[in-house]
Amino acid sequence: MLLLFETFHQLRLFMRRPAAVFFVAVLPLVLLVIFTEIFGNDPVSAQGVTTAQFYTPALAVFGMVTACYTYLAVSTAIARDTGVLKRVRGTPLPPLTYISARVIAVSVIAVLSVVLVVGVGVAFYKVELLHHSLPASVVLLIVAALTFSALGMLVTALCKSSDTVIAVTNATLLPLAFVSEVFVRPWRELPTWMKWIADVLPLKHFSSAFQATFKPALQGHGFVWQGGDTTLAILPQLAILVAWGIGAAVLASYLFRWEPNAG
Amino acid sequence: MNPIVVENLTKSYRRVKALQGVSFSVRKGETYALLGPNGAGKTTTIEILEGYRKADGGTARVLDMDPASGGRRLREKIGIVLQATALEPELNVRETVRAFARLYPSAIPVDEAIELVDLAHARGKRVKALSGGQQRRLEIALGVVGSPEVLFLDEPTTGLDPDARRKIWDLVRSLNDAGKTILLSSHYMEEVEVLAHRLSILVDGKIRAEGSPLELQGQFGARATISFKIQGNGQEIIYPYGVRDKVREHQGWTYLAVDDPTPALNELTAWAMRHGFGLQHLTVNRPTLEDIYLQLTAKPQPETR
Repeated sequence: MLLLFETFHQLRLFMRRPAAVFFVAVLPLVLLVIFTEIFGNDPVSAQGVTTAQFYTPALAVFGMVTACYTYLAVSTAIARDTGVLKRVRGTPLPPLTYISARVIAVSVIAVLSVVLVVGVGVAFYKVELLHHSLPASVVLLIVAALTFSALGMLVTALCKSSDTVIAVTNATLLPLAFVSEVFVRPWRELPTWMKWIADVLPLKHFSSAFQATFKPALQGHGFVWQGGDTTLAILPQLAILVAWGIGAAVLASYLFRWEPNAG
Repeated sequence: MNPIVVENLTKSYRRVKALQGVSFSVRKGETYALLGPNGAGKTTTIEILEGYRKADGGTARVLDMDPASGGRRLREKIGIVLQATALEPELNVRETVRAFARLYPSAIPVDEAIELVDLAHARGKRVKALSGGQQRRLEIALGVVGSPEVLFLDEPTTGLDPDARRKIWDLVRSLNDAGKTILLSSHYMEEVEVLAHRLSILVDGKIRAEGSPLELQGQFGARATISFKIQGNGQEIIYPYGVRDKVREHQGWTYLAVDDPTPALNELTAWAMRHGFGLQHLTVNRPTLEDIYLQLTAKPQPETR
């Protein structure tokens, strides 16, 4: 019950932060419209999907990571800097309940942002929702929400102030989104070091698996390890996400501080 | 058992000894003040009692629990107002109080808490639109909404204008009248004099003086000073026998430091009337608590040549 109240509390705070609402809910939509209009919504030869069919899941991924990673990290760091976390720690509210409420709230926001982007794609750009891979999409979303929330909390735990957190989250997410094929489809091979970075970090795995669940050419429910040209497989990427999530959560819970840093 | 008991508390941050053996206890229903300059150890003491930090040595008990391990059970029974304002600016007054009220098992009604701190007219206002004094009163509402037995107020009026400060004084007094045990920190002597039943003066992590405001005055300021300027009439000035050895003259003024000014004044005025001297600017001064405080907290001045 307390968890529910605290989650609503966090959702209310989000709704009253126009900048956050813009970056999480509006920007992905704007980008979807811009990209689709610029590139034209024709089938792309290599992948056999339309521009919108490619960009809808990609930008859904971007909105979701902005909510779970950037917004969670920044809002938590600001709450820490202003003493709000410290004050909460002095109440009977169990700390785990409070943190869980924050994570659940951003996950709800993230899912709503995904639904919004996908909804617009379906409604205006003939994006196809694939019934056979829908469960895989949903599972990916939930796991990714938790993983990127854990990473967001880790960044907050590692940085001294909210200013640093703002810099670090943006400096990591934006370049990574390009390298991880969220914003652009590379028309030639990426340099090895770029591919290497993208392969090590979790964003590309989430993005590629989520995008794969939107490819009509891929068959099957996706909960298999070995995929192919016609078979969907998300378990490898899911495993990498889970590993990152657990690692980040353990480290974050060890390093997390409730009090503002002095000086 | 007193609700707050502190014995020989020590705490260091790196090389700085923040607390060097602090002991005191707060009785039920009492307002107790820790008075001292910045860096004296007031906040460290309070935050150990609130469970935010661990002491290096000594014992701290709040409601017969160890605050470091008291956890939820203790936090349900204490109210906290931190030194720095910590509110969510996006919420309004009512939402803020409600968010805290639901965390406590025996919370008072939200509107009652808001009325208690005189914010009923601003209940729909966003926190960021409140004045500094209103924000502080809202924080006090958050401190008392869970109907705590013990309330910690860490410098509740620092940075506020005199009017806002007086409002908070009235509020603290009414909370104490309602039976709350209050531990207050402040660096304003006048505030402590008005609010506290007893106080400690804390300097460099040590208690330099403890007692009620009256006791402290008795302890450190027992001697009154009588001062005047003699208006002579050519006669040689020979002070009356009873005060003769206590007289000090300086730049035309005469000072008399006495334990009890009444007989001294009696003797002095009778003597002056008899001999036809005038006692201009005759005054009796007792050192105020402020003087005692300043004397205790004064840093040794570097010697000048």
